[in-house]
Amino acid sequence: MIPAPFEYEVAESVDHAVELLTTREDAKLLAGGHSLIPLLKVRLARPGTLVDIGRVSGMVGVLDAGEHLVVGAMTTLSDLVADASVSVGCPLLATTAAQVGDPQVRHRGTIGGSLAHGDPASDLPTTLLALDAELVVRGSGGERTIAAADFFVGFFETALGPDEILTEIRVPKTGAAGTAYLKFHHRAIDWATVGVAVVVESQNGSISSARVALTNMGPAPVRASAVEAALAGADRGAVARAAEAADRGTDPPSDLQAGADYRRHIAKVLTRRALTQALS
Amino acid sequence: MRRTTLTVNGVRHELDVEPRELLVLALRDHLGLTGTNIGCDTSSCGACTIHMDGQSVKSCTVLAVQADGAEITTIEGLASNGEMHPMQSAFNEHHALQCGYCTPGMIMAAVGLLQENPNPTENEIRSDLEGNLCRCTGYHNIVKAVRAVAAG
Amino acid sequence: MATTEQPARHVGARVPRKEDPAMVTGQARYTDDLTVPGMLWVAFVRSPFAHATIKGIDTSAAKAADGVVDVFTGADLADDFAAPIVCAWPIVDDIKIPEHWPLTKDKARYAGDKVAMVVADTRAGAKDAAELVEVDYDPLPAVTDIELALADGAPILHDDLGTNLSMTWRHSEHSPVPARGKPEDVFPAADVVIKEKYRIQRAVPNAIEPRSIIVEPSPAQGEFTMWSATQIPHIVRTVLTLMTGVPEAKLRVIAPAVGGGFGSKLQVYGEEALLLVGSRKLGRALKWTEERQEAFVATTHGRDVVQEVELAADRDGTLRGVKVRIVCSMGAYMQLLTPGIPLLGAWLYGGAYESDAYDLEINGVFTNTTPTDAYRGAGRPEATYCIERAMDALARELDMDPAELRRKNFVPADAFPNHTIVSGLIVDSGDYHASLDRLLEALDYEGLRAEQKARRERGDNRLLGIGLSTYLEMCGLAPSRVAGAIKLVCGLWEAAQVRVMPTGTVQVMVGVTATGQGHATTFSQLVADQLGVEIDDVEIIAGDTKQMALGMDTYGSRSLAVGGIALHLAGEKVVAKARAIAANALECAEDDLEYDTGTFTVKGTDKTMHVKEAAFAAWTAHALPDGMEPGLEATHVYDPPNFSWPAGAHGCVVSVDTETGEVDIERYVAVDDCGVVVNPAVVEGQVQGGVAQGIAEALYEEAVYDEEGNLSNGSMTSYLVPTAAEIPPIETHHTVTPSPTNPLGVKGIGEAGTIASPPAVINAVIDALSGLGVTDVQRPATPQNVWRAIEEARQ
Repeated sequence: MIPAPFEYEVAESVDHAVELLTTREDAKLLAGGHSLIPLLKVRLARPGTLVDIGRVSGMVGVLDAGEHLVVGAMTTLSDLVADASVSVGCPLLATTAAQVGDPQVRHRGTIGGSLAHGDPASDLPTTLLALDAELVVRGSGGERTIAAADFFVGFFETALGPDEILTEIRVPKTGAAGTAYLKFHHRAIDWATVGVAVVVESQNGSISSARVALTNMGPAPVRASAVEAALAGADRGAVARAAEAADRGTDPPSDLQAGADYRRHIAKVLTRRALTQALS
Repeated sequence: MRRTTLTVNGVRHELDVEPRELLVLALRDHLGLTGTNIGCDTSSCGACTIHMDGQSVKSCTVLAVQADGAEITTIEGLASNGEMHPMQSAFNEHHALQCGYCTPGMIMAAVGLLQENPNPTENEIRSDLEGNLCRCTGYHNIVKAVRAVAAG
Repeated sequence: MATTEQPARHVGARVPRKEDPAMVTGQARYTDDLTVPGMLWVAFVRSPFAHATIKGIDTSAAKAADGVVDVFTGADLADDFAAPIVCAWPIVDDIKIPEHWPLTKDKARYAGDKVAMVVADTRAGAKDAAELVEVDYDPLPAVTDIELALADGAPILHDDLGTNLSMTWRHSEHSPVPARGKPEDVFPAADVVIKEKYRIQRAVPNAIEPRSIIVEPSPAQGEFTMWSATQIPHIVRTVLTLMTGVPEAKLRVIAPAVGGGFGSKLQVYGEEALLLVGSRKLGRALKWTEERQEAFVATTHGRDVVQEVELAADRDGTLRGVKVRIVCSMGAYMQLLTPGIPLLGAWLYGGAYESDAYDLEINGVFTNTTPTDAYRGAGRPEATYCIERAMDALARELDMDPAELRRKNFVPADAFPNHTIVSGLIVDSGDYHASLDRLLEALDYEGLRAEQKARRERGDNRLLGIGLSTYLEMCGLAPSRVAGAIKLVCGLWEAAQVRVMPTGTVQVMVGVTATGQGHATTFSQLVADQLGVEIDDVEIIAGDTKQMALGMDTYGSRSLAVGGIALHLAGEKVVAKARAIAANALECAEDDLEYDTGTFTVKGTDKTMHVKEAAFAAWTAHALPDGMEPGLEATHVYDPPNFSWPAGAHGCVVSVDTETGEVDIERYVAVDDCGVVVNPAVVEGQVQGGVAQGIAEALYEEAVYDEEGNLSNGSMTSYLVPTAAEIPPIETHHTVTPSPTNPLGVKGIGEAGTIASPPAVINAVIDALSGLGVTDVQRPATPQNVWRAIEEARQ
């Protein structure tokens, strides 16, 4: 309940935060704190210095940039859910964010914090993967843009360097595509046992493209490529069969929540249901 | 120690806190506002729910230093002019509490819920209270109380 | 059957609780809200190993840390204890009870076993310093599974005992009352015998308030005041006196507002003894507040039982015999009531049914786990689960409707009052057919069966299931003689004191302490009607051994059925004294007075005197009858002649997603008969909360240990206490058969929901899937466990 002691610095800008990350020993970024503070409280995390980026201006809010949305990394999940440009331009982002945690958590938890944490059971990484989003990061070497597919590297591991800060997320608008995020969990507040995000473009019953990504079916979110391949150019009738390949190429864990075999089974059922919902 | 300013229930306080001090402990131990309770250490139970700058948050998952400059309302500040908030009255009227330990957090969450969604369905109430655990009531009468307040 | 007149004004009314205004405004004071001047903080060092020899403890670094006052090990405190932690229920003569010290000295026997106590000037400082205590552990193999603990070659927890089997209790051998008949006379000739095995998983009570303790010494006086989040301040006082030698009269135990208990605070914990001893040693006030993850290992668990049951029946469904063998995990040590918990169900494995023969064997084993003890229902949920699951299995075997099978075997209403059931105990009253009929009507049982059939026929992948649980429980614990006969080392009477103040308000002291049950309201309703005062004129004082020295505290749904009767009888004494005062004042014979809700009237006249006036007269004492003591107050200590026997019928309607295994409770209907209802809102609240806890056990919660003996899901993120989004609305109904045992006709309702609901839910899940060949599902019936049951049945 009481964290081990640490130093605390308030970053005034992104550059200041980068500098603090570079110069302080065992420095760690504090965004909304809803992934980090629970770890501090049970002393599973013991940073030397916390660099609070909660007061850096310009990292909050959603900007409509035409083809895509630019989401500030410090935008809270509840703001994401309520944002008009998100619900019009990329409703999948809002419906996914609405399924993370609980209302109090969404009031403080940020999209950037959620992504940078790299939790394989987290929902937003999967959705960003299905959306082909890009993540903009800044560090001592300057700014770079990382595709979602390259950002989530492994179990609680991202492509972020030790002195890098995730500043914004560029999310392509989904236009006329059907989308869905289905989360399978036992209690409403639980992390996903399995989750699936789908983005399907179709015309007159014929699917032109489908992007399908899975939560907690491996150390990082993963695209269900076999499903996507089976659906490209197929008609709606192909969904059930295609979904049977949802677990192909995945490496689901066996843990307290579920065995790997059950996760494989659920991934198939959930993928079918998500595709059906997105197409309806 | 770090100088931190909190405006709690309309009163401005300046505190010297360790950076690791959780907001809930600052409220309880420094300001003596013990109505906000602690039920877990994993941000699960919601017993510590308060309002920070108008939104319900779990005060066990906010460092006091993060709240520097914030406006905070705790259960002690919900009543005005000696009149209980309608949610407090409804919890009494509908027997929505037993041991009372989760109640301050539950009430703060419920008030926040109606601020954001003034006319919730029963299912919306249930899912929006998912961040608050109660072990006594089975939630039945809590939902009833929130519905009653929403209905006016 | 006794009938109880219902006074008009408050008893039976839906009175909003008096307790609530303080609680909804944050003004209620729980232990952790309290501060004592000069108070120091305690943190405990706990073993991270489930089983390990302790080779050495180095406290030097911790002692040298800033703000640390002292650090104690078990060896440091060896001379400070007069006795180890007390187990008050040695259920058989040859029971093996290991020594259990507050700080273990030789070995850690579960992950969480306390090894050292750190005292520092701040909460954080104590916690920081606890990390600096270096303990040299030599890990040993651990065993956490009940059946493995009895296997050859299993690690032995207590070397001096030489076995993990603590005791065996047999009904046929140890019950003070005989069963109606022996299974061996019935089973061989029976038409049908079914044999089932059930596993009731370990549960963590998880009262939302973690435990907290403050001890303030008064060194000059040799006195100590303890505030503790406990259900049992009186028992804590007595047991701590035995453990520490602090004279009972110098130890005041206060239970302030307590945030739920559910049995987990029906305990005298090592931490309480350690804070008392520590404060005596240091002459300083000490405080400790449990953290949730600490609570998961440090506060007692419940259940963890394996059951093997056989039922014998005629082909027409007539139940002939019940034979059960259970093995229960005690955990690593005995706590206050550990071995006696299964005994609380030992006469209930026959349910609400008639049969000819009954036997039960209880085995208690040690495992490298947190000790088990009471958890809401304590022994009775286990018994009810067993017989209600088995009745459904028998119905399937006989191809009978489960409602019909139950109806056929219920003890008939005309057998009461005071019917001796198959296990030998005498049940006060009941009408089990009436409860079931009411339930089936509320459910529209026929309609549900038609819907179930329709869904099956159209190949719906959301199958409907209907589960019944028609329970009988014994509560209102209990007659002291019975307690003695089953080797509980305490009485089970209850005490109350009623004092009418000179100005007409009423002070009531009760021995039972509330942890959310609404005592202050319910008891005020009783007193207000009995003495003709307003509810707000009644002040209920409880939970402080200095203000109310007599009491046996709160557990076993006894507050109203035992404590409430003590209160009623104390009130009767007050009325009797007031009558004498009134007769004297009104110059008539006592028999000439009529009494109604506070007012005495001389028959046939308009001359009256109110109890409040009598109280004033008793205070001035100017004109009392010769020889009468001044003051209007009375104490009554009540020892009930029998348990009370609530019963009822619960029905659960689920739909099960056969693809994912998800169970959705569509409806939950409870029909309970707890005798006379004093406050319907409080009663419904108890049922709703109890049912929710039972649903949690059926579908969500399980304490899981890994191979090394660590609790794998010891947090609220991984141990799934359900939220409002999981628990359905709970419909409540009542039937009333007043108890003839007590003058109020009340029975008790605190545990009924938890006792009744798990089998209703699991029976519903199995009923939904029975068409697929499913006959069992592992508790909790998580989606994965249900899916596995379906997969197994398909193969």
